[in-house]
Amino acid sequence: MGQENTLARQQVDDLSSQVKSYLVGFMLSVVLTAIPFWAVMSHHFEKPLTIALVLGSAVVQIVVHLKYFLHLDFSKEGKLNTFSFLFTALIIVMVVGLSVWIIYAANALMM
Amino acid sequence: MSILGKLTLESIPYHEPIIMVTLAVVAVLAVAIAALITKYRKWGVLWNDWFTSVDHKRLGIMYIVLALVMLVRGFSDAIMMRTQQALATNGAAGYLPPEHYDQIFTAHGVIMIIFMAMPFMIGLMNLVLPLQIGARDVAFPFLNNLSFWLTTSGAVLINISLGLGEFAKTGWVAYPPLSELAFSPGVGVDYYIWALQISGIGTTLTGVNFIATVLKMRAPGMKLMQMPIFTWTCTWANILIVASFPILTALLGMLTLDRYMDFHFFTNAGGGNAMMYINLFWAWGHPEVYILILPAFGIFSEVISTFTSKRLFGYTSMVWASGAISILGFIVWLHHFFTMGSSANVNAFFGVMTMVIAVPTGVKLFNWLFTIYRGRLKVTVPVLWTLGFMVTFTIGGMTGVLLAVPGADYVLHNSLFLIAHFHNTILGGAVFGYLAGFSYWFPKAMGFHLNERLGKAAFWCWQIGFYVAFMPLYVLGFLGMTRRLSHTDNPAWNFWIYFAAVGAFIIFVGIILQFVQLYVSFRDREQNLDTTGDPWNGHTLEWSTSSPPQFYNFAKLPHVSDIDAFTDQKEKGQAYQRSADYEPIHMPKNTASGILIAICITAAGFAAVWHILWLAIAGMLGAFVAFLFRAYGNDHDYYVQPSEVATIENAHLDKVVRGTA
Repeated sequence: MGQENTLARQQVDDLSSQVKSYLVGFMLSVVLTAIPFWAVMSHHFEKPLTIALVLGSAVVQIVVHLKYFLHLDFSKEGKLNTFSFLFTALIIVMVVGLSVWIIYAANALMM
Repeated sequence: MSILGKLTLESIPYHEPIIMVTLAVVAVLAVAIAALITKYRKWGVLWNDWFTSVDHKRLGIMYIVLALVMLVRGFSDAIMMRTQQALATNGAAGYLPPEHYDQIFTAHGVIMIIFMAMPFMIGLMNLVLPLQIGARDVAFPFLNNLSFWLTTSGAVLINISLGLGEFAKTGWVAYPPLSELAFSPGVGVDYYIWALQISGIGTTLTGVNFIATVLKMRAPGMKLMQMPIFTWTCTWANILIVASFPILTALLGMLTLDRYMDFHFFTNAGGGNAMMYINLFWAWGHPEVYILILPAFGIFSEVISTFTSKRLFGYTSMVWASGAISILGFIVWLHHFFTMGSSANVNAFFGVMTMVIAVPTGVKLFNWLFTIYRGRLKVTVPVLWTLGFMVTFTIGGMTGVLLAVPGADYVLHNSLFLIAHFHNTILGGAVFGYLAGFSYWFPKAMGFHLNERLGKAAFWCWQIGFYVAFMPLYVLGFLGMTRRLSHTDNPAWNFWIYFAAVGAFIIFVGIILQFVQLYVSFRDREQNLDTTGDPWNGHTLEWSTSSPPQFYNFAKLPHVSDIDAFTDQKEKGQAYQRSADYEPIHMPKNTASGILIAICITAAGFAAVWHILWLAIAGMLGAFVAFLFRAYGNDHDYYVQPSEVATIENAHLDKVVRGTA
């Protein structure tokens, strides 16, 4: 009986922490979307700085999505997903990145 | 277009006497084998116990049978090339017309890499890996069966090309623009595309399957860093498979669109870029050679450790060296086309990365040497292969580092020096490893020993033949002879060409001796039975089962607390324990779905080659329906009852007692 109670309480805890995680993620995403919007619409900064800000916010937001929505973390259960994601990213960087470099350099020499 | 697409009676090359004689011999052999199977009433056994089996051990054996058959096919190509070159010196024409010779060297490359080395390596992995990690099967047994039949499907297509139409004349890399429709209008490249595409998908599925297996199905207590070294090297190879084979799939897909739908990925017209094909081909092709060699490294480690009766020296460094080779192996592919003319920085980066690979490989070599050091090495057949490998592969590695210097590569590119180098590493490395594994695990798989004398004789023929056949190619490379020449006219080359041909025949004797060894060992099997299941005093869990292993592998899943799990059990006196209470064992049922799907896919691939639209649609539809039936069926598993387990286990343990007494 006691065990069932702990289990139930644990599930409630899990649920509320999940809701909390989604809310935090949502708030962060809103903020990270609002910043570039504001920067572009208000012309507050020079153009290069604005572009950098938009790109920077986008990258941070990708990380926010991965952590809060896709739940990629280094816990015991999440580790496998995280490693397969990082592995995919590594392969893409290596294959696509190096291919672009190779073909671009070859093209440049043929101009 | 007719109902048979491009296929007509003219597609049969009956004006080529060599092909017709080959086909006649194959037909006679096929009829003889079929007659034997009928005579001994084995069709039912073949179908029920083998073709439809989802047992990883049986699939492993079938993979190896496929590899041996294709070895014969690939080697016939090799010896035809060597004799042609030896006859066609001083401007003579030889006996093979150029268009036939071109098909032969293409088929030799494709068959030896994709349909000999890959099935051999995957076969050994199937046979051993689940046993080594104390699992009852792989994670997805049906998928495993399907992977095997897809690989076979590719092999069937490539063999059909011998008697219907032609095979590619492009070399095994099939570079455009030569492989584009404008320059290869025949069906050869289409056979190449579909054979590789279908078997490649089978290989990808195998990679996924075995990664899931090692991650999820290790015996209780076995940490990742306690997996046997062969399992580890296979796992790195599987990671490379999953990462690189999709590149091949996409690449062949693009070439297909170019050839069938008038796309322009790799044509000069329409803004395509042939160099992108070369780039992507090797982004797959280079990891592929590491997929071949890494499991061989694992086999050598197991063999050396077992036959010195010592724990492997530097297990952890071995695991990480394999990991380093896997990652580095993914960023060196440009060294296959330094001469394409990318920038100096690009060439320098890839050249340096290539040389760096020699470091983790060196770590491995020293680990093996330190394992032998102060051990008592028993010189058995697997050990001979390993020692032979250590010398041969070191030579191949050194010529590889030489070729990794872009400046040197500009001189040696496309020469026979390169051919000698990669045969040094793939034949003297990977294939020697598989042959070591073959004789090492043969008693485990079949339940009886291989004849040791014939095994040693075969080894020496291979080893000596290898040096006689390939060392001259280094010289010829330096003398400026390029690869893929059907005839030559340079007196300076003649001696070395004849020399190499002699080597090919010595290897031929080695292959014959191996088949004689199989026959003799089978004939005398009653005297050479392996009753204990542990003929070599092994270290890992596969030796704790009977030979051949029980179909459920382990009556009780072993608890693992050491790298050499079985040695640990034997030292603690926990091996060969009888149990009073076995639990029911959950097992997968055999299924015909895999072979049915593969037959439909083979038909579709054949139809695609010949542009037979209705058959292509019917084949794909058939495969889909067969898959749906499998997916919606629910009669997939059963339980082995404890009483049956107890009977099998007690019979095995009685034999162990009698064997050791």
